[in-house]
Amino acid sequence: MSEKVLMKGNEALAEAAIAAGCRHYLGYPITPQTEVAAYMAKRMPKIGGTFLQAESEIAAINMVIGVSSAGKRAMTSSSSPGIALKSEGLSYLAGCDLPALVVNVQRGGPGLGGIQPSQSDYFLATRAGGHGDFHMIVLAPATVQEMADFAIKGFELADKYRMVTMILADGVLGQMMEPVSLDFGEIKQFDKPWAAVGTNGGRRHNIVNSLCLEPTQLEQWNIDRYKRYEQVMANEQRAEEYMTDDADVICVAYGATARVTKNAIAMARAKGIKAGLIRPITLWPFPKKIVGAAAKKAKAFVSVEMSMGQMIEDVELSIRCSRPVLLCNRSGGMIPTPEEVLAKIEEASKMGGAD
Amino acid sequence: MAKISFREDRCKGCGLCTTVCPKKIVQLSRDRINSKGYHPAECIDESACIGCFSCGTICPDCVITIEREAAK
Amino acid sequence: MANTVFQKPHALCDVPLHYCPGCTHGIIHRLVAEAIDALGIEGRTVGVASVGCSVFTYNYFECDMVQAAHGRAPAVATGLKRAEPNNIIFTYQGDGDLAAIGTAETVHSAARGENITIIFVNNAIYGMTGGQMAPTTLPGQVTQTTPYGRDPQYAGLPVKICEMLSQVDGATYLERVAVDSVAHINQAKRAIEKAFRNQVEGKGFSLVEVLSTCPTNWGKEPAAAMEWLRENMIPYYPLGVYKDKYADEKGGSK
Repeated sequence: MSEKVLMKGNEALAEAAIAAGCRHYLGYPITPQTEVAAYMAKRMPKIGGTFLQAESEIAAINMVIGVSSAGKRAMTSSSSPGIALKSEGLSYLAGCDLPALVVNVQRGGPGLGGIQPSQSDYFLATRAGGHGDFHMIVLAPATVQEMADFAIKGFELADKYRMVTMILADGVLGQMMEPVSLDFGEIKQFDKPWAAVGTNGGRRHNIVNSLCLEPTQLEQWNIDRYKRYEQVMANEQRAEEYMTDDADVICVAYGATARVTKNAIAMARAKGIKAGLIRPITLWPFPKKIVGAAAKKAKAFVSVEMSMGQMIEDVELSIRCSRPVLLCNRSGGMIPTPEEVLAKIEEASKMGGAD
Repeated sequence: MAKISFREDRCKGCGLCTTVCPKKIVQLSRDRINSKGYHPAECIDESACIGCFSCGTICPDCVITIEREAAK
Repeated sequence: MANTVFQKPHALCDVPLHYCPGCTHGIIHRLVAEAIDALGIEGRTVGVASVGCSVFTYNYFECDMVQAAHGRAPAVATGLKRAEPNNIIFTYQGDGDLAAIGTAETVHSAARGENITIIFVNNAIYGMTGGQMAPTTLPGQVTQTTPYGRDPQYAGLPVKICEMLSQVDGATYLERVAVDSVAHINQAKRAIEKAFRNQVEGKGFSLVEVLSTCPTNWGKEPAAAMEWLRENMIPYYPLGVYKDKYADEKGGSK
């Protein structure tokens, strides 16, 4: 076992990004992700990297586009309103097939909302990162260790599929301190023959571009991109299953709410209710195979969220609405209590039935 | 002695070259049409060309190439 | 033996440009390519195309190119430069791109003193979208969205980028030139080459504003457009060096 250090989630993520070979962090201050920027501001100058505080979220994501166009690993982090500003850049990254790591430490919305933890950017991350047909790989950490591990994984997936990886965290995970191992083993790197780094007189010019005025060609670009997305859907669905083997009621929860839900499951089991948890680790691609398979045995589902009900749609789609799905939710920065989750589990246990 | 040549298929017939020639020997062809459908620029008296490349300088489409006899 | 004294520069691709007849983008493209040739930097230059008529510049330069979102070219250029500091990074932007939607990126890349080169083409109108009012449209100028002429009481006054950026401490070199005559084009050539040379020498942020025409959307013959530029734009946007941090050095300002 490698040595563990006590770190905040935001800082562990930043240190892991550096371990992944990221030497360019471009950001703009916003609560509650400021520790990522502050950590990078301290570390980057000491390792020959670049920390740049941009004039806006929009400029920051476009600087990421510049670094990524040059074939280097680049990242930015922000929180919900700032991520909305980055939407344009996210779409251009997708249109140019550029990899990047984007961290969203979510806070309550809409509008300026609040600064407390939230999961209300689920739709933004999985459905509508920006204009046009595209997806991002979305990873949802639930521990400080995962905040770190997913930075490594996020860069690998981004480079492998030439996509944006978004780490969808929340204020709880960002601020929370836990012991974390920073031994990540071998870091995979990828060739980038498409990068705009200068022809050096040796080849035709590379063009990093998303414009295409020829409809048949633009459609073909989209089709080709979606073929890559199909590979991602086939290969990269991840979820943690917790006490699902015999479960009648399956909770689905990611990130901080998954931690609360595990407590509620223990309470339910003590009352004789067979409850379990599926914790999606990839929100896009959503672990449809795992959730879908669970519907063969479980009688009912509970989607536990810090939003007005967003992920619940993916749960219903994954099981083709074959079982009742209840929503257990808080919003505005409120976190569901184990008692609230337990109450929904109890309600769900009285519903549905075997086929 | 200068030699002026036009890449006629690239000419859009904008006529800017004709406005800057100090010898007034560059003009748009009145009777010919290029592959783009424009009346292309041409030199009507190459012997008068002094090789100043004013025409080339103002041409937006790199239509014109100028050669000059090298000094001995 | 005949010597070629004038021809297409190597850094300009040998392809037809899509611009309207008489559009001066082609002249400015050539000047940029000539600067790249003169400095021998084609192999390590990366250009950033912007949104507008000049979006297709990525097809016109032999160097590597990146196409940026509307107004964001200086931010993309910042990323490219920070990733590969030895590369030469330039942006090519129109007035809508640089002086309206991209004002923040323009001002702050200058404030940071980014060691990049910006070619700013000011033709006082939005060309690609069909001739709407630009931030640099002159008072009284008729455009599609100022059909009765730009009324300063209603639509405000033009933005003078060189004057504005001259107050930004981080900027190194700012010059406004025009391409309406052979003499002015030759001056523009010197300014553009200097803006690239500054970057090669690590001197920081250089921007050359090039007063340009849009015959199609101005509704004028190409030669008449040049005259309109001369008589209307140059008085409002005076030519000259607005800032040159290294003016006292040998090879500094003229």
